[in-house]
Amino acid sequence: MSYIRLVNVTKRFGDVTAVDNLNIEIGKGECFSMLGPSGCGKTTTLRMVAGFEDLSDGEVWVGDRLLSSPKKHHYTPPENRNFGMVFQAFAVWPHMSVYENVAFPLRLRKLPNAEIEQRTKDALTATNLLKAANDSPADLSGGGKQRVALARALAINPDVMLLDEPLSSLDPHLREEMRFEIKDLQRKYGFSIIYVTHDQSEAMALSDRILVMKLGVMQQIDSPLDVYNNPKNKFVFSFIGVSSFTDVVWKGKDAYIKGSEHKLPSGLIVPERMKAEEMFNLASRPTEIRFTNANDPNGVRGHVIRKAFLGEIVDYLVKIGDQEVRVQIGRRDPGPEADETCYLHFLRPFWYKVNE
Amino acid sequence: MEDIIKVEGVAKGYGKHQVLQNLDIAIKKGECFTLLGPSGCGKTVLIRLIAGHEVPDEGKIIIDETVVADSASGEYIPPERRGLGIVFQDYAVWPHMTVYENIAYPLKMEKRPKEEINELVMKMIDVVGMKGLDKRLPSELSGGQQQRVALARALVADPSVMLLDEPLSNLDANLREEMRFEIKALQRKFGITVLFVTHDQEVALAISDRLAIMDATGKIRQIGNPYEIFEKPADLFVFKFMGIANFVHATEKNGKFYVGNGNQEIPWEGPKGKAAKWVAGFRPSDVEIHREGPGLKGIIHRANFLGATMDYAIDVDDQSLRTEIETHTAINNDLMFKEGEECYITFKALHWFDAEQLKEVEE
Amino acid sequence: MANGTIKKDSGFGIAQVILFISIAILVIFVAWPVLLILFNAFFVEGNFNSMDFYKVLTEPETFQALINSLIIASMTTVGSTIVGTFFAWLVTRTDLPYKTFMKSLFLVPFMLPSFIGALAWKMLLSPHSGYINKWFMATFNTTEPLFDIYTYYGISCVEVMYLFPFVFIQVCGALERMDPTLEESARISGAGLFTITRKITIPLVLPSIMSGALLIMLYSMAHFGTVAVLGIEQGIYNIPTLIYEKIHESAGSFASIRTGTVLATVLIVSAACIIWAQQKVLSKGHYQIIGGKSFRPMELKLRGLRYPLLFFCLAYIGFTILLPTVVIFMVGGVETYGLPLTWENLSLDNYKYILFEYDVTRDAIFNSVTLGLAAAFITMFAGVMISYVIVKMKVRGKGILEFLGMLPFSVPGSVIALGVILAWSGQFGINIYNTVWIILVSYIARYMAFSLKANSAALEQVHDSLMEASRSCGASMWQSLKDIVIPLVRPGMISAFFLIFLPALRELTVSIMLYAPTTRTIGVAIYTLNEDGETVMSTALAGIALIIIVLGQMFINHLTKKASE
Repeated sequence: MSYIRLVNVTKRFGDVTAVDNLNIEIGKGECFSMLGPSGCGKTTTLRMVAGFEDLSDGEVWVGDRLLSSPKKHHYTPPENRNFGMVFQAFAVWPHMSVYENVAFPLRLRKLPNAEIEQRTKDALTATNLLKAANDSPADLSGGGKQRVALARALAINPDVMLLDEPLSSLDPHLREEMRFEIKDLQRKYGFSIIYVTHDQSEAMALSDRILVMKLGVMQQIDSPLDVYNNPKNKFVFSFIGVSSFTDVVWKGKDAYIKGSEHKLPSGLIVPERMKAEEMFNLASRPTEIRFTNANDPNGVRGHVIRKAFLGEIVDYLVKIGDQEVRVQIGRRDPGPEADETCYLHFLRPFWYKVNE
Repeated sequence: MEDIIKVEGVAKGYGKHQVLQNLDIAIKKGECFTLLGPSGCGKTVLIRLIAGHEVPDEGKIIIDETVVADSASGEYIPPERRGLGIVFQDYAVWPHMTVYENIAYPLKMEKRPKEEINELVMKMIDVVGMKGLDKRLPSELSGGQQQRVALARALVADPSVMLLDEPLSNLDANLREEMRFEIKALQRKFGITVLFVTHDQEVALAISDRLAIMDATGKIRQIGNPYEIFEKPADLFVFKFMGIANFVHATEKNGKFYVGNGNQEIPWEGPKGKAAKWVAGFRPSDVEIHREGPGLKGIIHRANFLGATMDYAIDVDDQSLRTEIETHTAINNDLMFKEGEECYITFKALHWFDAEQLKEVEE
Repeated sequence: MANGTIKKDSGFGIAQVILFISIAILVIFVAWPVLLILFNAFFVEGNFNSMDFYKVLTEPETFQALINSLIIASMTTVGSTIVGTFFAWLVTRTDLPYKTFMKSLFLVPFMLPSFIGALAWKMLLSPHSGYINKWFMATFNTTEPLFDIYTYYGISCVEVMYLFPFVFIQVCGALERMDPTLEESARISGAGLFTITRKITIPLVLPSIMSGALLIMLYSMAHFGTVAVLGIEQGIYNIPTLIYEKIHESAGSFASIRTGTVLATVLIVSAACIIWAQQKVLSKGHYQIIGGKSFRPMELKLRGLRYPLLFFCLAYIGFTILLPTVVIFMVGGVETYGLPLTWENLSLDNYKYILFEYDVTRDAIFNSVTLGLAAAFITMFAGVMISYVIVKMKVRGKGILEFLGMLPFSVPGSVIALGVILAWSGQFGINIYNTVWIILVSYIARYMAFSLKANSAALEQVHDSLMEASRSCGASMWQSLKDIVIPLVRPGMISAFFLIFLPALRELTVSIMLYAPTTRTIGVAIYTLNEDGETVMSTALAGIALIIIVLGQMFINHLTKKASE
């Protein structure tokens, strides 16, 4: 059941295409994240949905309402879209009390006073702000300010909530707490969320589906687990978590990690589609590699060039041939010392062509 | 090994605010020593006292067997004559001088011959990986490059000790990781003594030979190598400061310890020593989670997929705890729990602390 | 404290010396003259007498001047605030064409000294001989002038024309720095642009508006030139003009000095109140409205009004800046005032005469330039030193200096002039009255605030760790100052120099009280020539002054542009 629809949405700034022909369908009550490095077009897309940017091409629909369409010369201004929106820099109005901030959108809708009061209080209660209702937002912490912004967006009971990096101005432990709060509010109120972030773990934790973007182009839309387990391409793989890419070359029938004298072990099977490539990549995540011994058919021979104890984990940099691989193991797992020869077992190797 | 810096009974206050009191620290020649503590704990004040930018109210500071500050005798040697290299959090490279001029400055102050200066500076620029950038102004450099200039400037005059005051906190996460290894590599290469100040426990663990944990009142709680600090914390403060920690309240009945007010016995040897109330402390990685017993029975309160790890919040009777499991391991061992499901947990490690300490830390 | 014993080698002795010199400078140049004014206002023959203060204050003449000051300042403030805020909003929040250019155009009035503007308006709108009024009466065959400039309205209008940039700059800055998401979040909440402007934008920049308004209030209360040119003829005196009149007429009699000191005291108190209110507004209402990632702020689409409003802005500038300037240069070109402004009547003779032959104007230009240079040099260096102590040094007794450092900001020019007369005309052993030195002394006091502001801003940019780094590299304190601090604050010093030199060139309020026949400055010469009926010479000199000012300003802009690159 698609509720929000972006059809062939394109945005050009001069010669630069910021968003290229994007098609998205988001269900009612779904939490949808747009993930990508800065400049990938995720924020521009969100601002087009909000109505702060014009579309160069395409259409934005919510339900059966057409919101933007340059072809049909249709544009609903932001104030008539009935969305809730939360910004990175909080954007709470410092000259109004917390209560007045939250009541403001309701007053604009000319609701009866009693209803305004009731709905403001409900929104404040839902965000644990009732006690601070008469405070000035300037006296609140970053987390408090962001709660006010959330309450203000909630007050109008929107069908769609747009969140633009709402947690990146907060410190890490607060970020986690607020993440849970947003999720709880969504469950309670049932609105759809479009969430913009560059933090992959945030997107993973919150979303039903994730869109990964690069330079304005859609790379993958999938559930968090699918994005993690089956990254569509090298970019998605590298953007989700820490990653190492190792060059692999063919010497005759055998594959070698570039610069290494030892061919890849029998347990590590190169997929068919790499056969024609002169050079390709073995992609790995540091937590999905274990140390093993010389007799293991999975063991890739390498040399530890750096070992660092980081508390919960021990971090290694291992050199294979002229390539470097990051390995992280739990502090209790067995591992070699710095400057020793070691054997790596790639638990979940991914293979990509060099220019994929 | 001999001590190169000795801080004896040092106190420092600003007005009514007493930052440091009766502080003793000795740093051995050639080691990388880290002062780790929450912000505002006085670690920066200590480094400024050692550098000579502040004067101690009480106590004595000795560098390389020379008394550089002594409140009793009134001895005070100004910073320029202490022979130290310093790297600041905000880099403090001089914006009106080129990379070359910045790095050459300490040598110029020593009035070394021109050719020698040139040779040393160019060598140093090479060592910190800034070759070809010697004529740039700091405004044309990235944050990481500026910090490299600051490092080179601090090292070029061959100081006896290098002091680093939160040198990584203005850098982004990737660069921070890279730089901490570079600093370590430089320290090994030059065999120099390093005093490193930070609030980031991961950096401290990665870089230090020994570290001192300071609390918010400027008191040192524990000194030891990274392994000792992490695995054998002296108290609850140190334990909590070094990483994510679970604390579960325990009730004692007939010499046995139960979770909260429930009737499940904690599957670990009980505490030694005396306390009115005990809490069990353990890290998320100390928890093993299972589908079947034995172990403490709990309910998955929240299941959070974070990419590389699954993060579970588990309710055990009236207590709650967090654990993390690698996604890969979870998938292979059928440990992808859903919220509301039942689970069993056992421990790989557990520390007992006096419950009073928890109160103190939470205040 | 134990660290009292640790002094060896610490350079603390030098610090005390610098602190002492800094305090001495501020006391001698600023604090002492002000204290003398207060002393003379409240002490009669050595005894404290507040009744006499009250008596002087309630004399009809003094009381009227007080009321006039209030009326003119209030009208000017309200007018400037409206004009300044409106234009600021227009160039930052609408799609007005050529906005950047228009923005710089609205700063041009800063360059035109308001008393020269007043002079031009006098020639345009004086009830009977003003060019516009004469044309109006001739055309419409009436004896009623179009507008009488010799009124409260006239004076206030002229002040508004040249003071509104104070508000304009502040409000533009606030609007530009404001986080656009503050407005966007109101928009997504359902507010239209008009509601947003009323409920969000205006309230958020209100502190900046207020702060600019108070600045204008302070300036107008203590402003001499415009009222002197346009008011005196109709008997409209404000506080500074009355002080001038008293000191000037009575040649230093006791009674007039007393009246002067009482009026000056009122000025000091009002200035203090205004400064206090401004601090309060800025500290309490200064919202943190600077945000994270920035987008272009929303712009109101003016649609059909775009070009009419552009035309309106251009007309405003043309009317308030271009017209008076043209009049100045034309009147400066005719042989006698009153001749029709036709090409045949215009020549460069007057300009040649005042530049090369007329000793009064030649002396005046020489005096202004040398005084300006000297004051700028001395004040620049004193300002660096004092700012350094205030911003950077940790030394006991700094609090006194911080307090004294506030003083120059709140002492109006005519107060300084009067104080300097009391302090330096012989009662205390040194008599430099009627010499050029007394003007120099008063310029130093008057412009110290500019220097402190520019230099402390520059010094605050120089983080402590830069100096500490050089100490740790083996440089002594002096060496570090020389190699690190001075090079880094040099742009601040240069801007302080010009911030002083240019206004000093056109100074009137202070110089008018202190000049002797041979020590006229440009401002004084323009004013006195005009008073003496030498209107043509006066305007020609004003024209020359304008050229010097514009060239100087262009030079500064060039310098600051280069520094910021």
